[in-house]
Amino acid sequence: MKNNIKSIKISGAEAVIHSLLAEGVVLIYGYPGGAIMPIYDELYKFQEKLQHVLTRHEQGAAHAAQGYARTSGRVGVAVATSGPGATNLVTGIADAQIDSTPIVCITGQVASNLLGSDAFQETDIIGISTPVTKWNYQITKASEIPSILSKAFYIAKSGRPGPVLIDITKGAQFEEFDFKYEHCRGIRSYKPVPDLNIDLLKDAAEIINKAKKPMIVWGQGVVLGQAEEILKEFIEHSGIPAVWTILGASAIPTSHPLNKGMVGMHGNYGPNILTNECDVLIAIGMRFDDRVTGKLETYAKQAKVIHFEIDPAEINKNVYADVAVLGDCKISLKKIIPLINQDAYSSWIYRFDSLMEIENEKVIKNDLFPTKKGLTMGESIRIINKYTKGDAVIVTDVGQHQMVACRYTNFIKSKSNITSGGLGTMGFALPAAIGAKMGAPGRQVITIIGDGGFQMTIQELGTIFQTKIAVKIVVLNNGFLGMVRQWQQMFFDKRYASTEMVNPDFVKIAKGYYIDAERVSERNNLDAAVSRMLSSDKPYFLEICVEKEDNVFPMIPTGASVSDIRLS
Amino acid sequence: MNTKETYTISIYSEDNIGLLNRISAIFLKRHINIESFSTSLSEIENVFRFIVVVNIHPDQINKIILQIEKQVDVIKAFYHTDDETIFQESALYKVKSSSLFEERHIQNVIKKSHANIVTVSPEYFVIEKTGFRDETEDLRKKLLEFGLLQFVRSGRISVTKSKMEISGILNIIKKKIK
Repeated sequence: MKNNIKSIKISGAEAVIHSLLAEGVVLIYGYPGGAIMPIYDELYKFQEKLQHVLTRHEQGAAHAAQGYARTSGRVGVAVATSGPGATNLVTGIADAQIDSTPIVCITGQVASNLLGSDAFQETDIIGISTPVTKWNYQITKASEIPSILSKAFYIAKSGRPGPVLIDITKGAQFEEFDFKYEHCRGIRSYKPVPDLNIDLLKDAAEIINKAKKPMIVWGQGVVLGQAEEILKEFIEHSGIPAVWTILGASAIPTSHPLNKGMVGMHGNYGPNILTNECDVLIAIGMRFDDRVTGKLETYAKQAKVIHFEIDPAEINKNVYADVAVLGDCKISLKKIIPLINQDAYSSWIYRFDSLMEIENEKVIKNDLFPTKKGLTMGESIRIINKYTKGDAVIVTDVGQHQMVACRYTNFIKSKSNITSGGLGTMGFALPAAIGAKMGAPGRQVITIIGDGGFQMTIQELGTIFQTKIAVKIVVLNNGFLGMVRQWQQMFFDKRYASTEMVNPDFVKIAKGYYIDAERVSERNNLDAAVSRMLSSDKPYFLEICVEKEDNVFPMIPTGASVSDIRLS
Repeated sequence: MNTKETYTISIYSEDNIGLLNRISAIFLKRHINIESFSTSLSEIENVFRFIVVVNIHPDQINKIILQIEKQVDVIKAFYHTDDETIFQESALYKVKSSSLFEERHIQNVIKKSHANIVTVSPEYFVIEKTGFRDETEDLRKKLLEFGLLQFVRSGRISVTKSKMEISGILNIIKKKIK
């Protein structure tokens, strides 16, 4: 008997559940509604095997799926109904697209005979999501469900990851068919990882070996490619100082002697200045975002650029690469290490250290150990570091607090920095933290949010309360949309147009959701409050009232060269 | 400032209902106007071919091609300049039949332009002309004086002078997936 499994007719909705289970999915985020009800009915039956987390808004479901994907390394799943349910996912999908996060979104759609009739809760989510998805597809026949879902997961997680949206008509959810699942092993038109060219690797090694002032810039590609260990080996073997983009944070421990800090608009002083002094720039799994490069015409013009990258479309997109090594950086780095000479680069490394001393004197010292009365964002991060010792996942939102948290967090483990980088989505952090904690349940997950971003997805406190997921929420409250206010101060003569926020009592709101909560505004209470929060095994809310008009430095003004970075 | 050039982009793809949208979105996002767009089957079974004509700066074309190839359902994309391709457009012209008899001159116009008469009815007749843009355009201008009832021109279709390496690519892919 070759095949004694009886083929059983099941509904499309049940097939969705079996397909998810076949892909190893154990947890999904979502929000029910009319056009997705058959799938929810099956979720009810399968709740032992497949946990569904009810967020309070579909945007929260998408961000939670992202947070889950980024700490667990698995594909995050979000489910929503048609129309507004689907459109509410779009911000999260766009965020996942630009930050290369593997998520699969499943949306219900009106029955196929109603398509195009402007039916109740009908929207063209395929059309809407096309520019912000790696792939999308509308299923109108139940028989398509297994093959399309296996393709969706394969596309989401392979190569450069990204979001996939699958829209399923209500008819296809009800329709019965013979279910059989096969994992997708390849797609004719899709090559997730380009072939590595060994000759180019040799060319790259030759350039690196001749360098006097080389610098490594790594990005999130290192984390997505699970290349942290091999990158560390490459750095230690070669002796080359290394710096990171915001999404690359935590791939190499903060305290590593060759980790020289962050590049970009609010990155460290040395890495930005020395970008325009290095003779070889080795970019690994990063895409030369404008927030990293500043003015392109003056970006690292003196340097030979070597670009390790999985996505061919990133080569020469913004910065010309003298040698582009396509492929999986975990393999490319492994193969290049034996070709690289060891060096100490002492005088070059001294440049980083001396510029760090200047930054420390002019910026960091005052941020971390302020002498003024008001609390600073920097000292809040310092106290958090003191208790976590770096072993926590830090989920940040967008704005001043994000820059401060990424600059000052002491990271010791990879996948510890979850933030919205490319899209800059305010409201990302709270729902992403829920997903991050579920993706790494054994780790302390602390989300640091501004008072503006917190109110964009504040309703997810309800999800935290209902699931009892023990995320620690820190709101750094300065009563302003701080980053915009900083720009208004610096570039718009202090005309604070619509940036001051009249805020409610956040502690009362958190308590309204039965979440333990407190507020600190005095320096001598900060340490104990952070300690109480981190020793709690329940969700916890801590509002830290910080100085209203502090600015984040260093800063590269928009359109300026990276070497024109300002310290004040 | 480098000047813009006309490029014919050939895209070999899978048959996917959303792909047209995906490809046009790549141009929309970059504020590039599509001059002409046509789709058809290709020389390979189950492989579709898009021909897109754009007028852009030479430093943009490579980036555009890579963005197109990045799409999951795209097998391969190529670009060529006008002198590397053989390209044609078709045009249809609908003219009042009376002018054919009343104005003898129109017969000369049709003859000289090597256009074909597709259909003739008591009320109107339809002329077809395939050629370069300036040829179909020239005929359109000449027919205007006889009262052009309708005019339509197709998108560009083109083949390259050099060999397209698409079959070889597909064979390699086939072996890898097996």
